[in-house]
Amino acid sequence: MNKLKTAVTDFGWPRIIIFFFVVALFVAAPFVGVRVDGALSDVLARFGQNGILVLALVPMVQAGAGLNFGLPVGIIAGLLGGTLSMQFGWTGWVGFLGAVGVSLPFAVLFGWAYGLLLNKVKGEEMTIAMYVGFSMVTFFAILWLLLPYSSPNMVWGYSGSGLRTTITLDGYWTKILNNFLAVRIGRFFVFPTGLLAFFGAATGTMWLFLRSKTGTAMTAVGSNPDFARAGGVSSDRMRLVSVVVSTVFGAVGILVYQQSYGFIQLYQAPLYMAFPAVAAILLGGASVNKASMVNVLVGTFLFQAILTMTPNVINSVLQTDMSEVIRIVISNGMIIYALTRKTKVSK
Amino acid sequence: MKTPFKLPSAARVRRFAADNVVVLIFLFVTAIAVPSSKLSGTYIIQDLLTRYGRNAFLVFSLLLPIMAGMGINFGMVLGAMAGEIGLIFAVDQGIAGVQGLLYAVLVGAPIAILLGWIAGQVLNRARGREMVTGYILGFFMDGVYQFVVLYLMGAIIPITSKAITLSRGYGIRNTLGLDSVRQSLDKLLKLELGSFDLPMATYLVIALLAIFIVWFRRTKLGQDMRAIGQDQTVSHSAGIPVERTRIMAIVISTLLAMVGQIIFLQNMGNMATYNAHRQTGFFAAAAILVGGASVAKATIPNVLVGVGLLHLMYIVVPPAGARLFGSAQIGEYFRDAMSYAVIALALALHAWRKRANAESARAGLRGAASGAVAPAKMEGGAE
Repeated sequence: MNKLKTAVTDFGWPRIIIFFFVVALFVAAPFVGVRVDGALSDVLARFGQNGILVLALVPMVQAGAGLNFGLPVGIIAGLLGGTLSMQFGWTGWVGFLGAVGVSLPFAVLFGWAYGLLLNKVKGEEMTIAMYVGFSMVTFFAILWLLLPYSSPNMVWGYSGSGLRTTITLDGYWTKILNNFLAVRIGRFFVFPTGLLAFFGAATGTMWLFLRSKTGTAMTAVGSNPDFARAGGVSSDRMRLVSVVVSTVFGAVGILVYQQSYGFIQLYQAPLYMAFPAVAAILLGGASVNKASMVNVLVGTFLFQAILTMTPNVINSVLQTDMSEVIRIVISNGMIIYALTRKTKVSK
Repeated sequence: MKTPFKLPSAARVRRFAADNVVVLIFLFVTAIAVPSSKLSGTYIIQDLLTRYGRNAFLVFSLLLPIMAGMGINFGMVLGAMAGEIGLIFAVDQGIAGVQGLLYAVLVGAPIAILLGWIAGQVLNRARGREMVTGYILGFFMDGVYQFVVLYLMGAIIPITSKAITLSRGYGIRNTLGLDSVRQSLDKLLKLELGSFDLPMATYLVIALLAIFIVWFRRTKLGQDMRAIGQDQTVSHSAGIPVERTRIMAIVISTLLAMVGQIIFLQNMGNMATYNAHRQTGFFAAAAILVGGASVAKATIPNVLVGVGLLHLMYIVVPPAGARLFGSAQIGEYFRDAMSYAVIALALALHAWRKRANAESARAGLRGAASGAVAPAKMEGGAE
């Protein structure tokens, strides 16, 4: 009994309530005329679509640099890769992999600069990261207008310059991962094999990285900086590595997100993209200084399940669209819960 | 508390530059943008005078939490929401003019106190990361606000006016016309000075608030807040109720933000029911930081300078962008980017300096031992 009690407190009541909320949504779905297989198919697609962005948060949490509210820094690198790849006229697999390839050097560069800054402001990372992300997004909004993109599929028709707010990926790499080896079962259920395999590979890579020499050192820095320093690990260097890795995963994450979504969204769109990712990983049981692959998988699944199911189910029950309110309250409530918890020093 | 050793003068010069780098960058950009905007001086000054009346009160609401060492109270948007709820009722009851504003303040006050108290409780549990928590709390309460205003008002909370409810019978419309109270405070005591209109009544309210803050700093509670801002542990041993005082700082800040939002909206003349408060915290934070405040120290001149500089930039940059780049849109993105960058830079500089101080204090500890203990402890507190 006592053991159960500690397990429950460890996991946290909000998460348990939300977990049962999701279960209740799935149970209630057939009774209000929502197809469970169709809904599950949506959840899986969105799980793969958002997963890598959530995964990107792990290294910085582990290195003690907090929740990466500056994820838009990586997202911008991804957007640069995506738009450049389109500008070069690359389509299909060449387009998608090319986008990833082009975005990587930007991600490393941005992540490196961003990491240097965060090393100077230890203890205040999260607020500053948030505003670094915001200024990066708005600064790039100017660049999207000014950079000499010329592909007619991307720029505004009448002026011939400046990228559009949303650019369709049709004919380039729309759903290239989603459709790869996708298995269709019945009329409503599609298993996005390629997408989930890619997400799985990314998760595996992160898992291996955290268990490598560098990854272990990084975790040591996060759990106890003094101890790590005594062991000859440079805290600043490890944090820098964690920020760069996080930014790179952010860049890849947004490309995966966009191929699934079918559009590249520019300008103000990435402004608040870090928040749902943060909410998801916390929902999965991560804390401000500890996160694992399980947290990512569970959190992303639960969070996307809520986002997919509430509009359908709640709206049929209440006859009004309350899903937006539920989404805001749950995701931000989860973040507040994590920020106000007494953080345990390494377990 | 002064550092126990003398800084060499070169470091002092560097520190002065670092202290004011945010203001300097801002001045530089604005100085380039003013002539290229081709706006007339009269237009700029009139616009600035209006914007002072509109925004200064909101920015003042950030002062007390900074004094109490809680950083910038991004949770002030909770107060803004309370003010908006007050205004909804004032419009619904059809109370016009300044009485309408007073009614809105009276309705908003208990809501602001409740929200402020909640925010204070939450922030007390999130020591060392008050700012990010306050920011997220603003998002969270935005959801609750939306629930109350969009679903409960007209359904459970009685709303009499059909004109402000959605056609489905409950929920408030996306835009609320504030015709009944539009600029009632601004027009109460209007002074025409040459070609300029001065909303004296609004200025008077702001001046009263400034006097209140000066007075408040000298009260017991104000002194307690300053002590806590310096060092929580020492304050606690000195018998100051730390948690309660921090909650008070947030409650007062939320109350002031409530009044500030009402003043802001009466000047605007209409209210985007679900969006009006979203940018409030961002603008206020940018203004006070542009004015040279830091996360740990802010004064009344910081507020006045900051509101002037920030809004000068907001006035001149879009037309300057239109002239220099052929697109006002670029100017608009640019001013947003500048404001975000200013907040990031000001926060980063402060955190950076705090660490540098902590390290020099530690270095001082190695040399001359006595006296350096307290600052080392204080600066290390956030980690």
